[in-house]
Amino acid sequence: MKFFVEKLMRVLMVLSLLLVFGFVISIIFTIFSKGWSAMSWDMITKLPGGGFYIGKEGGFLNAIVGSLYIVGASTLLGLFISIPVVFYLNIYLKKNSKLAYVTRLAYDVLFGIPSIVYGAFAFTIMIYLGIKASLLGGIIVITLLIIPIFVRSMDEVAKEFPREILDATYSLGATRLETIRVVVRQIAPGIATATLLSIGRAIGDAAAVMFTAGYTDSIPTSLSQPAATLPLAVFFQLSSPIAEVQDRAYAAALVLTVIVLILSLLGRYFTNRFSKNKLK
Amino acid sequence: MGTNFRIIRDKSAGGLMFILLILSIALLIAMGIGLYWKAAPVFEGRALKELLFSANWKPLKGEFGFLPFVMGTLWVTGIAVLLALPVSLLAATFLTEYAKPFVKKYVFPALDILAALPSVVYGVWGTLIIVPWISEKLAPLFVEHSTGYSALAGGIVLGVMILPLLVSLFIELFSAVPNDLREASLGLGATKWQTTQKVVLKKTIPGMIAAVVLAISRAFGETIAVLMVCGNLAQVPHSLFDPVYPIPALIANNYGEMLSLPLYEAALMFAALILFVVVLLFNVASRMVLYRIEKKAS
Amino acid sequence: MSTKSSFNSLYNRYSHWRESAAVRRGKMFRPDYKFIRKSDESELVVEDLNVYIKNNHILKNINLTIPDKKITCVIGPSGCGKSTLLKTFNRLIDSVEGVKLDGKVLIDGEDIIHSGTEITELRRKMGLISQRPCPLPMSIFENVAYGCRIHGIRMRRKLNMIVQHYLKAAGLWDEVKDRLRTPATRLSIGQQQRLCLARSLAVEPQFILADEATSALDPISSKIIEDLFVKLKENYSIIMVTHTLHQALRIADYVVFMYLGEVIEAGDAQSVFNNPQHELTKKYLSGAFS
Repeated sequence: MKFFVEKLMRVLMVLSLLLVFGFVISIIFTIFSKGWSAMSWDMITKLPGGGFYIGKEGGFLNAIVGSLYIVGASTLLGLFISIPVVFYLNIYLKKNSKLAYVTRLAYDVLFGIPSIVYGAFAFTIMIYLGIKASLLGGIIVITLLIIPIFVRSMDEVAKEFPREILDATYSLGATRLETIRVVVRQIAPGIATATLLSIGRAIGDAAAVMFTAGYTDSIPTSLSQPAATLPLAVFFQLSSPIAEVQDRAYAAALVLTVIVLILSLLGRYFTNRFSKNKLK
Repeated sequence: MGTNFRIIRDKSAGGLMFILLILSIALLIAMGIGLYWKAAPVFEGRALKELLFSANWKPLKGEFGFLPFVMGTLWVTGIAVLLALPVSLLAATFLTEYAKPFVKKYVFPALDILAALPSVVYGVWGTLIIVPWISEKLAPLFVEHSTGYSALAGGIVLGVMILPLLVSLFIELFSAVPNDLREASLGLGATKWQTTQKVVLKKTIPGMIAAVVLAISRAFGETIAVLMVCGNLAQVPHSLFDPVYPIPALIANNYGEMLSLPLYEAALMFAALILFVVVLLFNVASRMVLYRIEKKAS
Repeated sequence: MSTKSSFNSLYNRYSHWRESAAVRRGKMFRPDYKFIRKSDESELVVEDLNVYIKNNHILKNINLTIPDKKITCVIGPSGCGKSTLLKTFNRLIDSVEGVKLDGKVLIDGEDIIHSGTEITELRRKMGLISQRPCPLPMSIFENVAYGCRIHGIRMRRKLNMIVQHYLKAAGLWDEVKDRLRTPATRLSIGQQQRLCLARSLAVEPQFILADEATSALDPISSKIIEDLFVKLKENYSIIMVTHTLHQALRIADYVVFMYLGEVIEAGDAQSVFNNPQHELTKKYLSGAFS
């Protein structure tokens, strides 16, 4: 009997793994096959033309550029805010300080807050401050959204920071602040992975930018203009009843998927590569 | 650079970083207060119970019963967790207890990809694959007619989305179980599955509950993918094949028009507040359990 | 002349001006790099030192005088508090959770425990070599230059000079002079330890604290380090914790024997080794326990 159960469970486990693979393959295959046939050079190099939304020519360059603007700016901002936080958490605070515990908890919770709530919250703030849906709004909300990702994944690496290196730096007479160069060098792979993760999440998020960045057919030239984003390009065009417009949604989804796949593979590469010849 | 100057710089940088840290915690509190403040008008003259459990949703008449949306969210989340739990549990068990290294080499990137795909891509996949499958293959077996845009479609898509989270949390839990325990059990003549079941799974039950709660809260707030496959009809669902209208979809769909009706805006903010509170409570509880487990393991 | 090098020379002139201005104002700390430590005596006296870590009494009533410009070996069975003593000398012990210090450690007459000594300055004075070599995650050059930089030396030429000088002092220069820009982690473990020594020397310490500095090394590398210490004692007071009696026999001028957090016996190496006064010392020296 017990050997039968053993066999059965093994089969079930393998099946569930195959199911996971099945999902991955199905999603990737669907997006690529649908998207590839709709893909053309115009799609990624042209702005929407006059009759774009009834199936005439044009592309979604506006969405690509808008996404890049938002993601680029918020990634930079996010790095500037989260590196000091992680540094403070791990170097200035004692190992089992209450504040560190509460902060980690807060960031874990912030990480779990749905992006639609971020969007709604940021939108109220924007109304309060009198900012309209714009590039600036999108950058603010995405920055808030990715800071927890940055902090959590860098903190994971920084927690493992070897005590000896810190002691060696202190023995040379360094203040806590002056260890930052050593710390940043040591956790550089962690920072790289965290950045890739954050870019991935930032570029794919639709719910938060929906109200804060708005949507437009042109490329924004200032922070106060609305900006289109790739996920919203997919979303809006898919809800059109016209087949040609829907095709463009598939093409945009393909672009998005390819970007995310590249980021994910790069992330793997970084973690593998650096965990091998990292110090200790 | 005098030593005094260095000390001052060390202290003042510390102060700045401390402020940054406090600000980020304050963001959480500010969110709660901000949402409550914006949602306050809808509480006037309406009891919380009425808001949550009434099925009357007539915004133009000022009637805001959230029952259809609450039920919609519960259905979709419930289905997602029910589907994802056994798959992720089995997969994680296999990966920690049975699998050879080369299997992991292929599975982890796959899970990475699942975790990284944007929800709008899941939405596209759902509308292209899951929805037609339900309306053409599955639904005819049970009901007369279904468009496929249903609670089940939302549940399946959401289930796939929370798979990587569950698997990685489970793997972390299982790997924390000391090997001595496994060896002791195997040494008594138990099969591998018996060992897994009696030792590994039993020992990690609190952690698994925490992981599931975490996954539930993730599923709760997922917006775009669910919005694209659920049908979005404000009614209390009666079967898996009925369209549903989860809370996040409600917010996303009605944002544009809400400004014209102040009370409507408050109602939507109330919806966001519900999400916020549920996610906050679930997250705090499960994270605290997981921290304790992590601490014990190290 | 390229823009870059003219910029460098401008920058050098600027930083030189800034440094000398600060020195004129008397605000600046600048180690006096004559590459020989000033010959005035340095003294380290320990009076009634007690260290507690979370209610454990680790060091009990330590009274010691460390002789100037000698090699002092602290010996004793493991767990007797040797390393704790060393870490107290440069206050690295502060980062241990739940630690409480009592008593006095006087360095040049200044109590470093209670008199509010500036801790970074103290640590500069007390160069520590740890058990396992611990290169910082940067190049060989940067490893040595790091300490100088944080203590305010910016000029490139000067840094080059300092790095070269101390790599030579640690006997590493010939082996690494062609690859100063490669990561320090690529050195062999023995070379890493010498790099750590050069790094400590580069901030011009008075004392060298070596915490079982050779225990992770192969015999040949540890011999090199020992020889270096013998050479360095001309200019520095060296305090080394060692777990091998043979090492102490070879190089110690002064010996401190500790047991369970207490100093049992301290004195000239000759007299302690040849004529131990205390019963425990005799037993330890005869190898009854280790």
